[in-house]
Amino acid sequence: MSDITKQSLTELVENIKNKNLSSTDITKAFIERSEKSKELNVYITDDFTSALDKAKKFDQKPNLDLKLPGIPMAVKDLFCTKDVKTTAGSKILNNFVPTYESTVTENIWNEGAILLGKLNCDEFAMGSSNETSFFGNVQNPIDKNLVPGGSSGGSASALAGQLTPITIGTDTGGSIRQPASFTGTVGLKPTYGSCSRYGIVAFASSLDQAGPMAQNVKDCALLQEIISTYDPKDSTSIDFKRNQYSKKLNNNIKGKKIGIPKEYRVDGMPKEIEDLWQKGIQYVKECGAKTIDISLPHTSYALPTYYIVAPAEASSNLARYDGVKYGFRAKGENLIDMYEKTRSEGFGAEVQRRIMIGTYVLSSGYYDAYYLKAQKVRKLIKNDFDEAYKKVDAILTPSTPSSAFKIGEKTDDPVSMYLNDIFTVPVNLAGLPGISIPAGHDSKGYPLGLQIIGKAFDEQNILNIAFAMEEKINFKNKITDWWIE
Amino acid sequence: MSKNSAEYLINRKDNQYEVVIGLEVHAQVLSESKLFSTSATKFGAEPNTQVSLVDAAFPGMLPVINEFCIKQAIKTGIGLNAKINKRSVFDRKNYFYADLPQGYQISQFKDPIVGEGKVILDMPDGQKEVGIERLHLEQDAGKSIHDLDPQNTFVDLNRSGVALMEIVSKPDLRSPDEVSSYIKKLRSIMRYLGTCDGNMQEGSLRADVNVSVRIKGSKEFGTRCEIKNVNSIKFMQMAIEYEANRQVDLIEEGKSIDQETRLFDTKKNETRSMRSKEDAHDYRYFPDPDLLPLEISDKFINDLKNNIPELPDDKKKRFIDEFKLSPYEATILVSDIDTAKYFEEVVAKMGKNRDMKLAVNWITGELFAVLNNKNLEISQSPVSAKNLAILVNLIKNGTISGKIAKTVFELMLDGDKDPQKIVEEKGLKQQRDPKAIEALIDKIINDNREKAIEYKSGKEKLFGFFVGQAMKASGGKANPQLINEILKKKL
Amino acid sequence: MSIDLKTIKHISKLSRISVDEKRGEKLAGDLNSIFDFIEKLNELKTNNIEPLTSIAETTLKLRSDEVKSKNIREQIVKNSPQDNEDYFVVPKVIE
Ligand SMILES: [Mg+2]
Ligand SMILES: [Zn+2]
Repeated sequence: MSDITKQSLTELVENIKNKNLSSTDITKAFIERSEKSKELNVYITDDFTSALDKAKKFDQKPNLDLKLPGIPMAVKDLFCTKDVKTTAGSKILNNFVPTYESTVTENIWNEGAILLGKLNCDEFAMGSSNETSFFGNVQNPIDKNLVPGGSSGGSASALAGQLTPITIGTDTGGSIRQPASFTGTVGLKPTYGSCSRYGIVAFASSLDQAGPMAQNVKDCALLQEIISTYDPKDSTSIDFKRNQYSKKLNNNIKGKKIGIPKEYRVDGMPKEIEDLWQKGIQYVKECGAKTIDISLPHTSYALPTYYIVAPAEASSNLARYDGVKYGFRAKGENLIDMYEKTRSEGFGAEVQRRIMIGTYVLSSGYYDAYYLKAQKVRKLIKNDFDEAYKKVDAILTPSTPSSAFKIGEKTDDPVSMYLNDIFTVPVNLAGLPGISIPAGHDSKGYPLGLQIIGKAFDEQNILNIAFAMEEKINFKNKITDWWIE
Repeated sequence: MSKNSAEYLINRKDNQYEVVIGLEVHAQVLSESKLFSTSATKFGAEPNTQVSLVDAAFPGMLPVINEFCIKQAIKTGIGLNAKINKRSVFDRKNYFYADLPQGYQISQFKDPIVGEGKVILDMPDGQKEVGIERLHLEQDAGKSIHDLDPQNTFVDLNRSGVALMEIVSKPDLRSPDEVSSYIKKLRSIMRYLGTCDGNMQEGSLRADVNVSVRIKGSKEFGTRCEIKNVNSIKFMQMAIEYEANRQVDLIEEGKSIDQETRLFDTKKNETRSMRSKEDAHDYRYFPDPDLLPLEISDKFINDLKNNIPELPDDKKKRFIDEFKLSPYEATILVSDIDTAKYFEEVVAKMGKNRDMKLAVNWITGELFAVLNNKNLEISQSPVSAKNLAILVNLIKNGTISGKIAKTVFELMLDGDKDPQKIVEEKGLKQQRDPKAIEALIDKIINDNREKAIEYKSGKEKLFGFFVGQAMKASGGKANPQLINEILKKKL
Repeated sequence: MSIDLKTIKHISKLSRISVDEKRGEKLAGDLNSIFDFIEKLNELKTNNIEPLTSIAETTLKLRSDEVKSKNIREQIVKNSPQDNEDYFVVPKVIE
């Protein structure tokens, strides 16, 4: 079967259960395609040999009751994987091999999936274009020299390029939804506390969430129901009743009230984005939902707030990378000299920039003016959503203010890079679930995404809305395989 | 200000200085596992064998708090008569050090679990109240070992993440003696509560000592210096003594005192500046985003309150009221929980017809002397409370004399022997048969006729001679009262 | 609001990242443009707003006091940059 890699997760699972395909067939197909796709630079570490072994083992004694029976998949290199190198896209972890497994990946392997390898990402997930990775840029399969978005750029690219049937990313300020939007795929950032953070290299603890990325909403729902578990090893994991999201997936959204926040109509937003948004409004109406104009008055403060909170937490979370216990160490004359050289040579420019910002906003004399202020504004942003959800069931916005841009286009201007996340960041600040689905193309033929934001723990609702819209949109990704050797 | 002879002042030319001391005591919480991880806390394990992925700050590792440590902190707070805060927050204190794997210490900064409280010290010239500013929970750091290798420092993380209670006093202490008394009192309270073993040799209890001086009578505080991590009462006293004098000398020379962190060099008996810590003094505290605020209910606190054992101050009061001990005796007996336990067991075992005074004297006299000589804790006493009680009763009921009791006690030391048996086996029972004593005395009078005549003619001093002879003849076993009575009759 | 080289040096010391003059100038420039953008928050009055510390809508879960982690010294020191079976090893610390 030559088109194995084109199949959705649901199709692959079906074919394995019907014995049309073996795990080995599928694993081989993705490995072969991956081998021909070196130019995309999605893998930091591949684990193909052991993946094939595992596939063979699975086929010898297949357990077809599992949700991901013998399905190979690659994951973002921010998830610690036992005995497989985990780098977080950084030189400072270049040689780090965990002896433990993250809860999210553990959940996936427990359902029968097989690890293909570790996917490229922005260094410590700090970036919106995958250009901060120590392991080089990732190509977007949509077009040559186009960024795949970030920080889960390798994940989005591998998924859109059909090198993995599904994948997982992490989203701190839009790192799943923005690359999904840039690559014409589906990405969900779950409610904060839905997926365990145990074993995921931390960026900003109060914002980080792992989430599924897939070719369609159904696959996304299935993966979400696998990775979302209560985990006593994470003090911020929330013990709530989780749905069987894929089973309960339902395209009937009649009567749902969808909020359209006026503040998301930002200055300088391309007309194409506005048009896409209008189209989205049309679609949900056609599905029988009502749209209601709402206000999220503090939206424009979200990004400045985020650029205090996230770097502050990161500056502390990344203090453990000091050359003592693991990872890269530079030679130093004494302890302090070793620290300073290790961290200066081991971290890339963007990570250093954010550590500096974070250190500054927490330092004595500036804490109140920046960090405390940001926490207060974060409260206002959360209040905006609480207020809105008194009137609506979900909120519809564009996922990004533009389509994917060229590699190198924004690297010299951090602020313009940060503006990429303007529509996704408020969702992280408020801890809400948000999903990006592909909804159209711009004039260059690049995909554009729409975001549906839900109430906390209401993943099912936004998955249902996305599912209904997906049917109407009938999006087809334009992939030409230009990179295949 | 107290006006008493015990006042600790530093005299220079025309000036008298008073010393102001505040303590930050770090007390290791007694618990099986660490504050945020499930590693063991045992002392003396092989290096890095009690270290989990969380303790060594591996990527993606997260803290999960130990409920028991929270209870221990609250219990200690209750023991310090302090306010328990129903909402407290864990913060990160950020700094780099080899034995701090996370690059931050999880501590409590703005909202500690325990607020203001107080402890009462029994000083020779009366009681003194010392205010407690707060008590908070935090992680201990690992251990840097500098002397195993000339080029390198070795790091052992066994202690990393162990729960500590930092107990911060108000600057209410005024002398090395008060500091000693304060530490002993804290230790005593925590040992009663079972929240800290107070073992200073193993580092379970250590303190940062804040010292400043001021002209006696002045209301303002002087500039203080913090002497870090002193781990014995003696060293604390020596460090204070040295530091206070150093500060006074500076003032006398017209120089100013730098507010700084200092180290006590136990070999040279001096404090010196720790410059290495100086340039990283901005700790950038912020709430740990891996943890939520700790919220505890009234019920949670009340359940702990209802199970607080009798604490030293209450026990002392009861010993005075119930057992009619002197305040001095009571203070000694309650100062350590094991001593108090021993004493109460002796009391219980003595039964109804007990001689409290005698028991107290034997414990604080003979027993303490033995423990002191053999360098033993009372919990390791070679004589059990039960056997000591029997011994005291044997004296009380006249079976043996106090003198013989000392012999018996010596014999008891070897294997905690039953004194009753020793008395029987060695035939040490007091001679109480009047006829036998009469016979004995008759013989002595007969043998010492001249002396008997001298006595009768008024030389009353000789009575003692006869008593001594009678005792000697009975091998020390004759009942002294009977000897007296019979001698008086016969002479 | 202007972040100068001196401030950069101070932050670089706190964060233990050495920064030479040239990179310091560049960082100062970047940080200034970022903080210009952050200053927008000053438009908001927040005097009576409770700061939001954690977004997780739950209370802190407590663990029971049980030792579950065994001796995993081999795993713990396995990844450390300087080889030693028992300890982590760092360049000499001078007090
Ligand atoms: Mg201190
Ligand atoms: Zn402390």
